[in-house]
Amino acid sequence: MIQTSPHAEAALTCKLDERSLHLRRLVLRAVRSAGRGHVGPALSLIEMVRVLYDDVMRIDPKNPRDPDRDRTILSKGHGCLALYVLLADRGFFPLSELDGFCSTDSILGGHPEYGMVPGVEASTGALGHGLSIGVGLALAARMRGRAYRTFVLLGDGEINEGSVWEAAMSAAKHGLDNLVALVDYNKLQSYGPTDYVLPLEPLADKWRSFGFAVEELNGHDVGALRDALGKVPPVPGKPTAIICHTVKGKGLPAAESNADWHHKNKLTDSELEDIRVAVGDF
Amino acid sequence: MRNTAMNMVHKLAGRDERVLYIGSDPGAGTLRAMSKEFPRRHLIEGISEAHIIGMSAGLAMEGFVPYVNTIATFLTRRCYEQVAVDLCLHNLPVRLIANGGGLVYAPLGPTHQAIEDIAIMRALPNMTVVCPADADEAARLMEQTLDWPGPIYIRLGKGGDAIVSRAEHGFQIGRAIVMRPPGDILMVTTGIMLQRALAAADLLAAQGIPAGILHMHTVKPLDTATLLQAARGTRLVVTLEEHVPSGGLGSAVAETLIDKLGPGLPAMLRLSLPDSFMHNYGSQDSLLKKHGLAPNAIAAAIERAIAAPAAPSPQPHSV
Repeated sequence: MIQTSPHAEAALTCKLDERSLHLRRLVLRAVRSAGRGHVGPALSLIEMVRVLYDDVMRIDPKNPRDPDRDRTILSKGHGCLALYVLLADRGFFPLSELDGFCSTDSILGGHPEYGMVPGVEASTGALGHGLSIGVGLALAARMRGRAYRTFVLLGDGEINEGSVWEAAMSAAKHGLDNLVALVDYNKLQSYGPTDYVLPLEPLADKWRSFGFAVEELNGHDVGALRDALGKVPPVPGKPTAIICHTVKGKGLPAAESNADWHHKNKLTDSELEDIRVAVGDF
Repeated sequence: MRNTAMNMVHKLAGRDERVLYIGSDPGAGTLRAMSKEFPRRHLIEGISEAHIIGMSAGLAMEGFVPYVNTIATFLTRRCYEQVAVDLCLHNLPVRLIANGGGLVYAPLGPTHQAIEDIAIMRALPNMTVVCPADADEAARLMEQTLDWPGPIYIRLGKGGDAIVSRAEHGFQIGRAIVMRPPGDILMVTTGIMLQRALAAADLLAAQGIPAGILHMHTVKPLDTATLLQAARGTRLVVTLEEHVPSGGLGSAVAETLIDKLGPGLPAMLRLSLPDSFMHNYGSQDSLLKKHGLAPNAIAAAIERAIAAPAAPSPQPHSV
C-alpha cells in the first residue's frame, strides 16, 4: 500500500500560482491544437520542470549546447509537453511551435527528440533509459573536471524498469553527487494505481538502500522544490533522489488522479469544455 | 582475436584520451595492464548491460569513445532497445566488442551462441557491423575505430583462428577484400568463414572449378560496388556465414543483387546455420561441420549447385 505522506496530502490541496497556471495553459493549448497528448503525465511534472529551468539550472537558451550548461533529461519522455512549454517559454524555440505539436513537420513529437528540439538532451520515450544516460553525463563531468550538474526526471511507473535500478547502483558506486534523480510520484500509471500495477513502497527507503541521499516533498510546492534543488548535493559523495509527491493531471479537475487522462488521442467536445472551464479561453 | 582486440583498446587509450574500456563482468584480469596504466578509463560496471549501454551513450555525448565489451549474446539480445535508442538513434560513437560471435561458445549452449546477432544489429539504422576473420584483421579494424562516426558492432571469433588476412590487402571499414579473383564461382564470406572458404576454394580448384572469394568483413555498410563488380560474369554467388539464414550476410548480398542486377542476376546459394537454436555442444568446429559449413561440405554443396540445371535457382540454405 502507498504510505500516507503529508507531502501527498499537500500536493492534492496545494494552490497553483499564476506562472504555474500560465504554463498549464500552454500545455493545454498544445493538446487542444493537436487533439492529443499525454495530459496527466505532463501536468504532474510542471512545477518540477519549472523550478529546474527558472531557478536552478545554469542554461543559456541562445546557446543550448554550451558545454558548461546543466543538463536535464526527461526520462519519462511522455511528459514532454511540460518540457516543451518550459523550453519555449524560456526562449529555446518560439512558442508558436507548440501549436504544431505532433503534426507531420513539427519539431515537437509525442516524445522528445535529441537533435530536433533545442534544449532536449536525449531522445526518450522508451522508459528506463534516462538515468543510465544521466550517469554517463555525470561521470563524464567528473572525469573532465566540469562543474555542470545532471538532473533526470523519472516517472513512478517508469521505475518499474529494472534498468533504472542498475543505473542507481552504478550512480552510487561512482559517488555521483553531481547527479539528481527526480521522481514524479503521482501514484498513477497508465493502467491504474502504482500500488496495484507494481507496488513501489517503501520508495524512499529503496532509493536510500541503493546509496542515494533522499528528499521527499510536495512536487507542486515551488518553494520546497527550490529549497531542495538549491542545496544539492545534500550529502557530498552521494547521488540525490528527490521524491516529488504530485497529482496526475494537476490543475485540470477532470484529469486529476484520473487514469483515463494518462493519454488522449482524441479529445471529445466535453473534454475540450473541461479544459476551457479549468483554464479559461486561450 | 579477442586478446588482440582488447590489447588494441589499451593501445588506442594510450594514443587518445577519449578512449574508455567498459566491461560488464569480464574474465579476471581482462586488460589488467590498461587498468594499471589508465585506471580511470578502465571501467568494470557489473552485469547490467542495459545500463552500460545507456551510460556509454551519456559518455559518448560528452566526447568519449567507449569500447563496451562482453559476450555477444548479452551485448545484443539483452540490451537491444538501449542499442537501438541510446546508441543508434543518437548516432553515438560507442564500440560494441562482442566476444564469442557465432558458435564460439558452442559447449555453453544456446544462451551463449550468437547466431542472429548480425541480423538484428544490421537492421538498426546508423549501426556498422564488422566481423574480422583473424587477429591481424581485428587489429587493423581496431585502428580505424577511433574516428568512425556512429556505433560499431564488432563480432569477434574465438581466438587462435588461422591468420589468413594479409597486410597488403589493407583494411577499410566498409570496403570488401577480394581474397581470390572471381571465377565461375564467387564465394562471399564474413568473419571466420573466410578460412573455410579458402580451404573450400582449394578443393574446388583441384576439381578444375575456379572459385573467387570476396571477404565482406563489413556487413553494414555493405560494399555494394565491389560485390557487384565481383559478381558480374560469375555463374554462382555463394554466401557463407556462421549465422541463421535470416537477415545476415546472405540476406544482405541477396538484397543487393536483386536490387541492382535485375535480369542479370546470377544463381545464388546461401550457406548458413539452420533457422534453429543449436541443441548440440561440442566445439565451434564440430557444430560448423554438423551444419555443413566445413570446407569439404562447402565445396560439395557448390559442386552440386553448379551441376544442377540452370533454372530454377538452387534453393536457399540447401545443404
